[in-house]
Amino acid sequence: MRRNGWLNFAAAGTTAVSLFVLGISILLIVNANYIAKTVESNVEIMVYLEEGLKDEGVEALRMQIMRLPGVKEARFISKEEALASLERQMGKGSQLRESLGGTNPLPDAYKVRTVEPRQVVSTAAAINRLAGVEKVRYGQGVVEKLFRLTYWVRAVSFGVMGFFGLCAVFLIATTIRLTMYARRREISIMKYVGATDWFVRWPFLLEGIILGGGGALAAIGVLYFSYSFLAAKIQAALAFFPLVNERSVLLQLFEGLLTAGVGLGVIGSYISVHRYLRV
Amino acid sequence: MIQLYNVSKFYPKGIKALSGVTLQIEKGEFVFIVGPSGAGKSTLIKLIFREELPTKGQIYIKGRSIVRMKPREVPYLRRQIGIVFQDFRLLPDRTVFENVAFAMQVVGAGRAEIKRRVPEVLRLAGLTDRTQMYPRQLSGGEQQRVAIARALVNKPVLLIADEPTGNLDLDTSWEIINCLQEINQRGTTVLIATHAREIVDTLRQRVIALDRGKVVRDEYRGAYAHAT
Ligand SMILES: Nc1ncnc2c1ncn2[C@@H]1O[C@H](COP(=O)(O)OP(=O)(O)OP(=O)(O)O)[C@@H](O)[C@H]1O
Ligand SMILES: [Mg+2]
Repeated sequence: MRRNGWLNFAAAGTTAVSLFVLGISILLIVNANYIAKTVESNVEIMVYLEEGLKDEGVEALRMQIMRLPGVKEARFISKEEALASLERQMGKGSQLRESLGGTNPLPDAYKVRTVEPRQVVSTAAAINRLAGVEKVRYGQGVVEKLFRLTYWVRAVSFGVMGFFGLCAVFLIATTIRLTMYARRREISIMKYVGATDWFVRWPFLLEGIILGGGGALAAIGVLYFSYSFLAAKIQAALAFFPLVNERSVLLQLFEGLLTAGVGLGVIGSYISVHRYLRV
Repeated sequence: MIQLYNVSKFYPKGIKALSGVTLQIEKGEFVFIVGPSGAGKSTLIKLIFREELPTKGQIYIKGRSIVRMKPREVPYLRRQIGIVFQDFRLLPDRTVFENVAFAMQVVGAGRAEIKRRVPEVLRLAGLTDRTQMYPRQLSGGEQQRVAIARALVNKPVLLIADEPTGNLDLDTSWEIINCLQEINQRGTTVLIATHAREIVDTLRQRVIALDRGKVVRDEYRGAYAHAT
């Protein structure tokens, strides 16, 4: 073990890097989903109707909207209501109605919600094609960007993680092979005196588990401290910005990473043990 | 105890290490295997403890075919066979006691059993005052006796030695052979491959002579070479 210290370090280190990347990407994805959920109310679709649409047309449009896949509700907001809410937003002292001279330039509208936040983009596009719709607005592309981001995070991080994961398995296998080489005398004597295959193998599998598990623990440690640090910073700067910080979620993630690390260790050592410990 | 029927072992490139060997060794025998270098002595030993499989033929140990034996049964076969090599094969970073105890740990013996049994075999091998020494502190003969103690510690029914005196002077060789004889007298079957002509000629035990992979002579009370 001590003999090839740097290799042990490299094996555990690449495991750590691989799992760190996996952990970061999972945290990003979890948070993106979480943000999407909590800003769901902000990602309603505002559907502005054409000027002078008849009541039947308004009702027909509602039916058409409701028939689209993923639509949860469509609430009608008359131009009167819109003006009233605008007035409320601007404050009592404003002379909105007076300055408009009794006219109301605001259009009638539907406020549409989807079952899943990610359906907003496609639903908005579909509504835009309906007759009687003047304009469609939703979250200024926030949702779209969020999901495009998570898509790329997923793709890139899985690639990077896969690469480091393979390196980790290779380095663990090499480390184990060197340990076996250093202990070849003991191994051959063990076989002569009648050790079972598993008796000879398990110390090497254990070494693999320690390397993989050690790497995982390192990754978890770094991940935990950097994430808590970042979460605190973000929370302080942008109080409204929601980040997952529930212990249960993090704990589940860390358990998963530890299992993955041990898994990499077992795979790596099994490769060497299987190849070089034949009786 | 050991039966070989028409056993051949061919290595790649047409090397016939053994061809058509048939022989039987009974329980409690003391047997020398002799022959010139390359005759197939080591190959025969490797076949018996199933380090190698024969190309042809059958080998039985205590009535069981070790050719048809499943790989996972091999460790249990080896626990019944003690093996000693010319180069001792001790672990340099372990004491005499630990080297012998290692063989018991490997087969899952308990601590109490090890504490009781190891001094027993070390006494038999005449190493009682060497138990805490390391192999490099011992003479060649002493190292070989440690190897014999290790081979014996799990109470095998058969002890095989491949040139156990190959690295030792004549006096020390006698020491080792006497030790092996004593083990034989306690009931263990002993099989020794050797070039030690004087010893074989003096002891007049069973001698199996190999030459170019064939048994050319098998005599009780035999000598190293043909009686002329
Ligand atoms: N693993 C192997 N691969 C190829 N050829 C081998 C192998 N082992 C032994 N041989 C060949 O088989 C023949 C018999 O070898 P073996 O080691 O049995 O002889 P030996 O009687 O023990 O000789 P020595 O007295 O020198 O120890 C030799 O020609 C040897 O070169
Ligand atoms: Mg030989």
